Order: sequence, then C-alpha cells, then structure tokens
Amino acid sequence: MLAADDGARVIAGGQTLVPLMAMRLARPTRLIDIARIPGLSFVREQGASVVVGAATKQHVIETDPLIHAKVPLLAKVMPFVGHSATRARGTVGGSIANGDAAAEIVLVAVTLEATLTWRENGADQEMPAAEFFLGPMVTSLPLAACLKSVSFPVWQEPRVGVGFHEVNARQSDFAFVSAAAQLALDAEGLCTSATIGLGAATAVPMRLDAVADTLVGKGFDEAKVREATKAALADVEMLADLHASADYRRRVAVTMVVRAVADAYESARRP
Amino acid sequence: MKVELDINKEKHEVDVEPRMSLLDCLRDKLQLNGAHTGCEHGVCGACTVLVDGTAVRSCLMFAVQADGYAITTIEGLSPGPGELSILQDAFCETHGMQCGYCTPAMILAAQSLLSKNASPTRDEIVDAISGNICRCTGYAQIVEAIALAAERMRGQNQPQDASVTR
Repeated sequence: MLAADDGARVIAGGQTLVPLMAMRLARPTRLIDIARIPGLSFVREQGASVVVGAATKQHVIETDPLIHAKVPLLAKVMPFVGHSATRARGTVGGSIANGDAAAEIVLVAVTLEATLTWRENGADQEMPAAEFFLGPMVTSLPLAACLKSVSFPVWQEPRVGVGFHEVNARQSDFAFVSAAAQLALDAEGLCTSATIGLGAATAVPMRLDAVADTLVGKGFDEAKVREATKAALADVEMLADLHASADYRRRVAVTMVVRAVADAYESARRP
Repeated sequence: MKVELDINKEKHEVDVEPRMSLLDCLRDKLQLNGAHTGCEHGVCGACTVLVDGTAVRSCLMFAVQADGYAITTIEGLSPGPGELSILQDAFCETHGMQCGYCTPAMILAAQSLLSKNASPTRDEIVDAISGNICRCTGYAQIVEAIALAAERMRGQNQPQDASVTR
C-alpha cells in the first residue's frame, strides 16, 4: 500500500503527524496504522545494543527497567518528551521517523549514534542516525519504507553518567535548545570517553565531538567546557523563530551543554 | 466506515469517516460534549479522555483507531445520575475551576494519575496536568483539588481499578 501510493503515510501514535495534518502541513491520501502490530513493539538487548521496536509507546520506555539500566540517557529525556497524555500514544519510531529537530528522542539517537532499521519492498536497510536526519522534519526514510526499530549502543564501562538540560516555554513543550551528554569515568574520576549532542538549536541535532574530545582524560572543569562549546558553536548556523533568536540559542546552548556535562560527571561518580 | 466503540462501558456502533477524530466523533455523533474542543492540534489538552484508563488527547486520535479500547469521558465518571465522583466533588469544594472549559480534561488527567499513583506529590500532580492549559485559575486550586481527592480516595481504602469509574 505504501509503495503503491506516494501520498500514503504510516501512522503509529499520531502525536506528531496528526498535529501536522490539523495545520494542513501534511495531507496524506491514506494512513496506514501500525500501532497495534505486536512485532513492532518491544525492548530487547541484542549484543552490545538495546533495540527498541518502532511502534513502542513512549510511556513504556519511560519506565522500562532495561532502558533505565542500559540506555540511561534515553530514560533521562523521556519525561521531557511531550506530556504524559501524548507519551501514552506517541511512539519512539514516530518521533524518529518525523525527524523533528526539537525532539528529545532524535537528539539521543544522534548523540549515542543509534542505528535505524527500516523495511522497504520486503528488504531491511540500516542507517546511522547521523546520516538519517536531513533537516527539520526531513529524513532519509524512503516514501515506501516503514521504520522497524532503533538500536541504541550500550556503553560497557562500569561508571557511565548522563546529563540532559533544555529550555522551553512550558514544561515538556518544544525545546528551544536542548543538550545531552553521556560520559564514562575511570576509577580516578577522569573521563575515558564522552559524547555530547545539541538539539532544537540547529536544523538537525548535532554531535559536538570537538567538545567531547576535550573532556577525555580530565575531570569536570566548567570554564574549559564553556570555552570549548563557545568555540565549537561560533560558526554554526542556529535556528531562529518567534520564541528564540539565533543569538539567544547560541548563548543558551553553551549553558545547556555545560550543565548537561556537569550532570553527566556527577551521575557517573555515583555508582 | 463502521466502528464499534466502547465508551463509558457502553457499546456504540458509529459510522464515521476515516478522518474523523475521536473528539469530533464523541461530540458530533454521540453528543458526549464534555470532551471540549480547544486547539485541535494537541497543545491545550481540553479534549483529554481516558483510553484504557490512561489520559490521551482525543483530537490526536482518529475514531477508527479507538476500536477495541475502553474509552472514558467525563460523562462516565459520575457514579449515578446527579451524583459526583470524589474527584469532581473535590474540584467543586476547592473551587478548582472558573470558566470550566478545561475542567473535564483536568479531572480526567487527574483520574489517570490517581489510578496509577494513590499518593502523588505536589510535583507529580503538577506534572500530570502540565499538558492541560487553564487560563483562569492559575492552577493552584486545581492542584489542591487533586490532592484533596487523592486523600479522600486513600481514605476509602478500596483498590482503584484504572477502568473503574466510580
């Protein structure tokens, strides 16, 4: 059905697509509801990853013990994903497939370098998150494809910490700027590996590898993180809208990153 | 498209266009006008109903998608004609409303919370209604109403089933 009709769209929770339809930004000719396909709703460990089915409801992820234990960054952002009434219907795959630049799940996928799997014409295809998101609400997902699952890498280090901060108009509304950080510490409390992501500020969430690299081998130094983030964002084109100008976003992004990194160090110190 | 909906423990067979939202179906086909039409794109929360005991936005769900779920609207909360549920009573007592537009949705969001968490903290109450906009009260009496209802429901000393609407 998807392949036969260019105007057909997959719907799962509908918490992104239906508002777009209400505002006439999306006008699908046909909707194919995948919400109740049991094979698309699961959370399981697979090798060094946790794989989440595309139609898994967000409120399931919010309280899932495996997600809390193995993908703490995803668990951390879930309370910020919409409101409880939208998490009850919204899905992990729906958030990814719509590719909203402000979506926290998209930010986590980019930050942790998740892999996305979709099915098209009976064949599966995989793509890293960094290549999947092309622009606000624009992804590499082919028209005739249906997202199947999202695979989040699990960090094996014993001391992993995460941090997340965002600025928005109302708790859980669309973020103006969000920042996520995950890092591992050695026995001395020094960073052995780190990843940082910035969401909602740019057309697609971006990883700040240059900043993450400066953390390796060191403890938390607020001034250094601030300086490195400032430098990394100096030439990055920021989004601007009625709520937040580009300059505001650039300024706030630095603070959000500093706070996310500080929280990540703090939570990694506590076993 | 014919669909059989389970609403407030009654089966209703309705003939809807596939594009009709659950909200429009409840209001226009079944005259259950307690689910209010606000923004119609999932921001204001005025259209909140319970689906299998959990608060969701009925404007972001198509009526045909509701097939097979137990839907509860504000009309289904009352234990009998002319009576109020504990939550509804608490909203009256603390004056947890002014114009009343957001009230059915606030009560259902609270019902969803209290069915899962009998002793919510103030922060948990605030989080549970954070998706529901009220432009009159300033929220203080609404939070108070939910806390009062929680206390009374605990006093009842009966298990609260999410789908039981007494």
